[in-house]
Amino acid sequence: MLYNPPSPLETKVLTRRFGLPNSAAVDTYLATDGYKAFKKALEMKPDAIIEEVKVSNLRGRGGAGFPAGMKWSFVPRNSPKPKYIVVNADESEPGTCKDRLLMENDPHQLIEGMLIAGLAVDAHAGYIYVRGEYRYLIEILDKAIAEAYDKGYLGKNLQGSNFSFDAYTHSGAGAYECGEESALLESLEGKRGIPRIRPPFPAVVGAFQCPTILNNVETYCAVPPILRDGGAAFAALGVPKAGGTKLTCLTGHVNKPGVYELPLGFPVDRMINEVGGGIRGGKKLKAFIPGGSSCPVLTAAECEGLTMDYDAMAKKKTMLGSGGVVIMDEDTCMVKVALRIMRFYAHESCGWCIPCREGTTWIRKILTRFHDGMGRKDDINLLGDLAKNMLGRTFCPLGDAAALPTISIVEKFREEFEAHLDGKPCPYEKELVTA
Amino acid sequence: MTFSPELEAKFARLLTSYPPGRQRSAMVPMLLYAQDEIGSITQELVEEVARRVGVTPMQVEEVLSYYSMLHRKPLGKYHVQICTNISCLLTGGEQLWQRACGKLGIGHKEATADGQISLEEVECIGACSWAPALQVNYDFHHKVTPEQLDQLLDSLRKTH
Repeated sequence: MLYNPPSPLETKVLTRRFGLPNSAAVDTYLATDGYKAFKKALEMKPDAIIEEVKVSNLRGRGGAGFPAGMKWSFVPRNSPKPKYIVVNADESEPGTCKDRLLMENDPHQLIEGMLIAGLAVDAHAGYIYVRGEYRYLIEILDKAIAEAYDKGYLGKNLQGSNFSFDAYTHSGAGAYECGEESALLESLEGKRGIPRIRPPFPAVVGAFQCPTILNNVETYCAVPPILRDGGAAFAALGVPKAGGTKLTCLTGHVNKPGVYELPLGFPVDRMINEVGGGIRGGKKLKAFIPGGSSCPVLTAAECEGLTMDYDAMAKKKTMLGSGGVVIMDEDTCMVKVALRIMRFYAHESCGWCIPCREGTTWIRKILTRFHDGMGRKDDINLLGDLAKNMLGRTFCPLGDAAALPTISIVEKFREEFEAHLDGKPCPYEKELVTA
Repeated sequence: MTFSPELEAKFARLLTSYPPGRQRSAMVPMLLYAQDEIGSITQELVEEVARRVGVTPMQVEEVLSYYSMLHRKPLGKYHVQICTNISCLLTGGEQLWQRACGKLGIGHKEATADGQISLEEVECIGACSWAPALQVNYDFHHKVTPEQLDQLLDSLRKTH
């Protein structure tokens, strides 16, 4: 099902089957070039598959943006251990709701991506780790997996080859931290989702202590189009060093929020005003989060001339992230935004690393005090100092993910913190209530 | 413990989904699926799952306390989970949450006296572009208005 109308400005590659009748069914998939890329890959050497993914400039779509082909090349194919394909479908980054659509509307594309990854690294089993809240997707995926077995695209000796592959779904049970790759692997092994120290990276010691490719849903879904149409064609859709399209979730104060597939390098201004139909109620843009709440926040001025790609965002000291765009209008209280974001990280910190466990909770308490009008002037600097002391001091990126937006909001919207001092009520509260 | 044939089939499939000797992997999905059927994670269930996956009950308890969807106490028949995270906050999620609490007279992780409805303020549920959003058990409700929330809660009260 689609939850918002498509935009004519989209470049539909991964979402091209969206809206077809029975788009999730294997017959629809096969009638629209489905599993052709897998058949092509069966005739290719593993190195050639990885090379094609490298040529495509596909970068990880979960948030970190690491080049996928390079990640795959780190897997020691000659290891005597079994290798695994793991799909991160634990989509929980606030602002992000795109993997849901890929699994709901085109589950076979994901399965085909897993199969091609399996061929590339000699893996014969794959796990789709789906967040527990997405129960209906587990049902859709299980049905697609059963269909694929039925049609000879999963199981033994696929399509007459000597390649065998099994696929399974695995339900999480509520934990943002399990979207972090090493915590996900712990969780997949039936443990608490606490992160592992790296190195070794999952490519060498991953699922069940074996070499593993672990990518986001969207990353795997890009692989069949890359193999089918060639890596160069995919690369050409995007910008240098970042090929293809990105499923972008427009959220917050826009007229037409929704998930749209846009080529990498799409201008932020056109994304908000043409794809998103502009800011709600004709208001002005105040703040912008490019890819989920873990990204440093940008001001409206910083968005001028900005494009949606990894390097352009890095130049602004933020991240393209997961594609969860949050748009905030001029009536938004940034203290409240900082508080809500920190409440989330304090709730989700797994507690393994002390700077994250304590830092998120302290900052949450200070921000709560601030928003209640009992902030002290010193607290403004204290917030920044606390956050900076979390940076780089944790096993996994959750600590940084909590600290970075806080630092950016305190630095860029300091006057809003000052406006909450001395028992003054939140200057925006009235607008929020009537919004 | 005896479970429905459907749940037993799920368990059987889960226990063969992982590499040999890795049955522990099935623990969390088994607990969640069983909770859906019996209403909460009882001590009897902890011991049963421990036996089936080959760990101690203490190891199951250690794991289950980590996951926010696993509950030791029964929830309402309809568990209403309202998101107030960033995208929902910007579009009225907080007002929905307060409205639901006021209307039902219960708070976070509490259930109505008749056990019909329970409430939980949840973190991002992955419906950000169609905010504000909530889930009733596993069903998503998108772009929920205050009036729709009222209607929804009324209908859940009446359905017995």
